[in-house]
Amino acid sequence: MTINTLTKGGAQREQMYCLRKMERVIVAMQDPDMGMKMRNQRLLITVIPHAMTGNDVIEWLIQKYNITEEEARHLGGLLVQYGYIYPLREPRSLLLRSDDSPYRFQTPYFWTSSRWPATELDYAIYLAKKNIRKQGELVDYEKENYSILHKRINHTWDFVVMQAREQLRASKQRRKADRIVLECQEQAYWLINKPCPGAFDVLDLGPERCNVLSSRVALNADHYRREIEHSRRALGRNRVKSSICLESFMKYSEQYLHHDPIMSGCLPSNPWISDDTSHWTINTDMVGIPTRLRVERWSFSFMELLNDSMGRREFMIYLEKEFSAENLCFWVACEDLRHGESSKIILKVEEVYKNFLAPGAARWVNIDSKTMERTLEGIKRPHRFIMDDAQMHIYFLMKKDSYPRYLKSELYKNMLAKAIVPQETKKSVFPFMRRQRHSSPSPAMVTQATEDDGKAKGAGPTGTSSTTNSQI
Amino acid sequence: MIFSTKPEMATQEIQPNETLTNLKAESDTLKTKLEDERAKLHDVELHQVAEKVDGLGQFIMKTRRTLKGHGNKVLCMDWCKDKRRIVSSSQDGKVIVWDAFTTNKEHAVTMPCTWVMACAYAPSGCAVACGGLDNKCSVYPLSLDKNENLAAKKKSVAMHTNYLSACSFTNSDMQILTSSGDGTCALWDVESGQLLQSFHGHAADVLCLDLAPSETGNTFVSGGCDKKANVWDMRSGQCIQSFETHESDINSVRYYPSGDAFASGSDDATCRLYDLRADREVAIYSKESIIFGASSVDFSLSGRLLFGGYNDYTINVWDVLKGTRVSILFGHENRVSTLRLSPDGTAFCSGSWDHTLRIWA
Repeated sequence: MTINTLTKGGAQREQMYCLRKMERVIVAMQDPDMGMKMRNQRLLITVIPHAMTGNDVIEWLIQKYNITEEEARHLGGLLVQYGYIYPLREPRSLLLRSDDSPYRFQTPYFWTSSRWPATELDYAIYLAKKNIRKQGELVDYEKENYSILHKRINHTWDFVVMQAREQLRASKQRRKADRIVLECQEQAYWLINKPCPGAFDVLDLGPERCNVLSSRVALNADHYRREIEHSRRALGRNRVKSSICLESFMKYSEQYLHHDPIMSGCLPSNPWISDDTSHWTINTDMVGIPTRLRVERWSFSFMELLNDSMGRREFMIYLEKEFSAENLCFWVACEDLRHGESSKIILKVEEVYKNFLAPGAARWVNIDSKTMERTLEGIKRPHRFIMDDAQMHIYFLMKKDSYPRYLKSELYKNMLAKAIVPQETKKSVFPFMRRQRHSSPSPAMVTQATEDDGKAKGAGPTGTSSTTNSQI
Repeated sequence: MIFSTKPEMATQEIQPNETLTNLKAESDTLKTKLEDERAKLHDVELHQVAEKVDGLGQFIMKTRRTLKGHGNKVLCMDWCKDKRRIVSSSQDGKVIVWDAFTTNKEHAVTMPCTWVMACAYAPSGCAVACGGLDNKCSVYPLSLDKNENLAAKKKSVAMHTNYLSACSFTNSDMQILTSSGDGTCALWDVESGQLLQSFHGHAADVLCLDLAPSETGNTFVSGGCDKKANVWDMRSGQCIQSFETHESDINSVRYYPSGDAFASGSDDATCRLYDLRADREVAIYSKESIIFGASSVDFSLSGRLLFGGYNDYTINVWDVLKGTRVSILFGHENRVSTLRLSPDGTAFCSGSWDHTLRIWA
């Protein structure tokens, strides 16, 4: 019954994985001991055996997976959407109703994974059957599909009609209950495989993806050699005990708990919830007095301090007092080299050498002789990463020496003392009155403005302000 | 062992006893050996260590904004550093820049291809990058002149031999990192379009990537259809660490805020946490009732919560430390394809095949 999953086209392959799991749920639902209790359901005057109600499905899912009713309704709904359970009443509407509406399990013959993609021949026979059985039973899009198929597989049309007639004849000889069930099963299958255009298509797939078995990557000798080399290196690496690593997650979460707006809320309020942007305004780069949480965060790690432009500014002020500001300047210049345009590398390397590394340089940085020697040698053939060793040396120097002293300094302590703790905004008295949401200047505009300012300055008094001139 | 050890691995010729099957067999043997080594130092499980931590209470997160405007499936989104603007891309080739706070659309571009699976906002906020079935990554500077055609200033940066699955600017507007269906990742210089480094090692399509927030800022992680998550050195192009525990395609990878670990979301309906110092998988986030694949994951600011967008239209919120699910968010009417936390952690945005984006807080 099941077709080899692995050789299917990439996009189908991901779906197949889910379909298999849904099938396991379905099988569990039909388990004689732990499965659902099925009974006869009445459909108008006919009695349909082995059916269940929508409610039954939801109850079973709640019990089995220990989930809420909402989640059970959602999961059950997906089982219906994918055609594993179909409704007996209103069969065109593939929804799970949480009442006593009757449902049945789809026969494995018609499981989505069994015959996917649906064949044109099967579809043609199905439409032909509907057409013959009752004139006008075909819906608009089905009529269209029918005539398209008629043209496309015209050579086998006799076979199609013959099959359709044969199947109709066979069904007439069945009991009414069986006939209804078979019609519903078939209809459900086609609603999913050939949905109405514009309707929700559950089998809608993304673009083709290739896995290892159908890969575009050349899995040649070089590829495996690389893997072998990688595994060898990995075998020799130092690993840290899990108990030590995992402790650090506890510590990190605890340390940042009050800084996590989703966990602890934020002051004065979360802009997305209250429509009030104060939280953003009081945390901008250029704000006069920073918030307490922000200043506290600078003490968490050296990277936190450097990542905040205000923190970096404060640290620079401190270093200037200590006469070691050149370290931070050097680090900033190296960052600029590493992340800047390729075309400016040579120029930047020269600048860095002139300002920080050359003997007698204005802001000479104190690097150990070995690193200095290596760097100076490397400058002869400058590239993006040439300053990496020196930069790392200075970074760790600041981290181990200047940074801890900064945190103990008066400068930092004063900052912390005068930092503000905003008042929590009281919930609005009239909650249904929404605040006006103000727009903010686009970052693209801010940069443009600074460019324009530069131009205006250059233009002189006879520049763009001609109107003001004329007034004079 | 018949395989002769040569110091340089770049030899093209195959020795008589070095058949492809032998090489593959040796690689597989070494991988098993590696897993055994990794298991030796695993002395405790994450949820055991987390027993002393308080459990999380009731979790209420709601949709605070719904962004409607895409006429087709939303495939990808990214936040601007200003904490309120976002860029999103869709199946019909549209790339839109929104002020998510006011829900106003600020810019729109129509790409010449469909299935724009990757988009990214430049750190300066002045440009966006995007790509998809055109196999390229293009950068569009954001013009404020409403009459100007953004497409005119488009700059083609990356060229792959198959679809572009993800892209990200590095620390500046000048470099872009890409991943592709051609099985490789690549680092590009935006100004010249030059390839700076390429990363080979995945055995199939690469679907996602994330840059490490580390001090020395030189690594990134990628996930692919070969079920592997690889950590790369951007300078040398070498794969530093590799993890292969998922049972299906890895759709999304995201670093833990400290940079010491990363999470992955996969078609096998699980999310997993990998610790880089322990060099192993340390947690699996799964539930029997979750059948569909996780398409997109991200952490909350403190790393305590992991948000996962799934192909069953829901978003599951996981307690990273205890391994339990704290909440399930309904709302989207089709697959959730993309999910990212805002830069200051006040909200996260999800994009879906139901044509909308939602901001949750």
